[in-house]
Amino acid sequence: MANDPEEKQPPVPPAAEKPAAKTPSATPPAQAAGETPVKPAAPASPPAAAGPPKPAAPPKEAPPKPEPLDNELVKRYRARFGEAIREATLDRKQAILVVAREHLVEIAQYSSDDEQFNFLTDLTAVDWPKREKRFDVVLNLYSFPKNERLRLKVHAAEGEPVPSVAGVWASADWLEREAFDMFGIGFEGHPGLKRILLPDEWQGHPLRKDYDILTQDTAWVRENLGIESGQ
Amino acid sequence: MSETRAPGFSNVETTVLGADEIILNMGPQHPSTHGVLRVKLKLDGEKVVASECIIGYLHRGVEKIAEHRTYQQFAPYVDRMDYVAAVSNGLGYCEAVEKLMGVEAPLRARVIRTILTELQRIASHLLWLGTHALDIGALTPVFYCFREREEILKIFEKYCGARLTTHAFRIGGLQYEAYDGMEQDVRRFCDDFATKIDEYEQLLTENRIWVGRTKGVGILTAEDAIAIGATGPVIRASGVKWDIRKAMPYAAYDQYQFEIPTGKNGDTYDRYLVRMEEMRQSRLICLQAIENIPSGPIMARIGKVLKPPPGEVYHSIEAPKGELGYYIVSDGTVQPYRVRIRPPSFINLQAFDRMVRGHLVADVVAIIGTLDIVLGEVDR
Repeated sequence: MANDPEEKQPPVPPAAEKPAAKTPSATPPAQAAGETPVKPAAPASPPAAAGPPKPAAPPKEAPPKPEPLDNELVKRYRARFGEAIREATLDRKQAILVVAREHLVEIAQYSSDDEQFNFLTDLTAVDWPKREKRFDVVLNLYSFPKNERLRLKVHAAEGEPVPSVAGVWASADWLEREAFDMFGIGFEGHPGLKRILLPDEWQGHPLRKDYDILTQDTAWVRENLGIESGQ
Repeated sequence: MSETRAPGFSNVETTVLGADEIILNMGPQHPSTHGVLRVKLKLDGEKVVASECIIGYLHRGVEKIAEHRTYQQFAPYVDRMDYVAAVSNGLGYCEAVEKLMGVEAPLRARVIRTILTELQRIASHLLWLGTHALDIGALTPVFYCFREREEILKIFEKYCGARLTTHAFRIGGLQYEAYDGMEQDVRRFCDDFATKIDEYEQLLTENRIWVGRTKGVGILTAEDAIAIGATGPVIRASGVKWDIRKAMPYAAYDQYQFEIPTGKNGDTYDRYLVRMEEMRQSRLICLQAIENIPSGPIMARIGKVLKPPPGEVYHSIEAPKGELGYYIVSDGTVQPYRVRIRPPSFINLQAFDRMVRGHLVADVVAIIGTLDIVLGEVDR
C-alpha cells in the first residue's frame, strides 16, 4: 500500500482549538494574557483540516472525543509553569498535557518528584507531516502512589531537538533511542543516542509518514544486486 | 616477573595470555539467548564488567504495518510479537481499540477472554520455566512443562483452531462461542495442574544447584526496577506489589479473588518463586471464572467497518511478561493513524546491564532467562 499522508487529517487540533479558546476564563487573569501567544505556537491546523472531521462526528451518538480538562492537577501544573502548559485535554478519560518543548525537563522533574509520576511507562512519537511542527513526542507516565496515568506531549518541528528525559527516568534511554531510530527526532542530552532496532547504516526513519519502503528497496537492489528493480 | 620465575622457564613467552579486558559476543545464535539477542560482554577474566544488548534482528516494522491495515486486519499481527503469549497480545489490542471506539465487550465475552488469557499466562510461564531451567542445567523440568503446556494449547486449538498465533479474540468481543466441553477441559486441567506445580517445585525450589545458581544472581532493587521501567514478575520480585489486573482492572478481573505474589530480594530465585506463585493464582482465577460463565451475547454491537472517532487512547494489560500497552491514535478513518506498542520485554531487557555487572559469564545465561524475554516482542 502506498504511503499517503495527504488523505489523513490531524484529529486533535480541530477539537483542541475550542478548549484553547475556553481555558482563559478558567485560568487566572495573569495567564490569560499569556494565552494569546500560545495558540499560534500550538500546532496550528490548517483551516481546511477543521472541516472534514466535523460532519463525521454528529451522526453518531456521543462518540468519545477530546475535551478540555481543568482539574486540580492541571491547576497545579498551570500555577507552577504558567504558559509552558499549552493545552490540557481529556480524551477517553485520559489526561493529556501539551507542554512547551524547552521546559520539558523541568516539567518532567516536577511530575516525577512533586506529582509522584515516578514511572515512565512509555515514550514514543507521532508524525503529522502537514503540521508546522510535525512531531508529537508522547510520554505516558504512571504514578505508583496515586495509581494514575498522565500523558505529556511535546511538539517538535523537523530537526528541532527535544530535551532528553533520561536524567529523570532512566527508562527513557532505550525509548528515546527507538524514537530517534524510527522518527529521526534528536534528543538533546541523551547519554548515547544511536539507532537501536535498525542497523547503524540504515537510511531514513521508517515511522515517518513520508518514508517510502519501495524507494529504499529499489535503491538497495540497484546498489547490491545491480538490477533495476526488485519488484 | 622474570626474576621470580623458576629456573629453566626464563625463555618462555608469557605475554600470550594477557590480563586485559576482552570483549565476548554472545549471540545472535547462542542457544540460551532465546532467539536472536546479541549481547556484547566486556570481561575481566570471567567477570562481566559491562554489557551491551544489540537487538533488532527480528524487527518487522509491526507499527508501520498497522498504519496500512484496517483495525481488524491488524489484529492477527499482534499475535506475532510475543508469540508464546499470543492470546494476551490479542486481548490488549482488542481492548485498546474498544476503548478508542467507546464500546465494551459483553460480560460473557470478557469472562471467556479472562479464562483464555490466564491459561495463556500459565502456558507462557511454563515455557519460561522449562527453558530457564534448561539453560541453567536442569534438564528434567522442560519435559514436564511442555507436557502441561500441551494441554493448554489443546484447549486453544479446540476453541479457535490455532495453537500458537491464535487470533482468539475480535474487536468488540469474540467470534467463537465456547466449545462444548470447554468448561470440563479447563477444570480438568486446573485440577491436575495443582499437583504438577508442586512437582516442579520439588525438582527445583530446594535443589542445591538451582538455589546456588539463582540466589543472589541478577539482583534488581525496587528503586532500580522502577527507574528502568521494569514491569510484570520482574518488578514484583523486587518487592513492588503492582499488577495491572488489580491496579486498573480490565476484562473481568475485578470479579475474581487472587493474590499478587511479591519477592524480597529481586534476584533470580525470587523471580522464579513469583512466577511459580503466579501460575497458582492464574489457576485459581480460571477455576473461579469457569464456575460461572454468564450467558448472553459474545459480541458488542459494532459495525463491520470500524471508524473510531478521532482521538487517542492508551490501554495496557498485564501480559505474562509485564505491562503490554497499546497507544493508538485515530484520525477517524478505517486505518489507525498510529499504533504504538509498549513491549514489556523490550523495556525489561533494559535492566539487563544493571543486573549482569559483576557476575560470571555463566550467570549471564541465568539472567537472560529470568528476564523472560521474547525477541519477537523486543524487536517487533
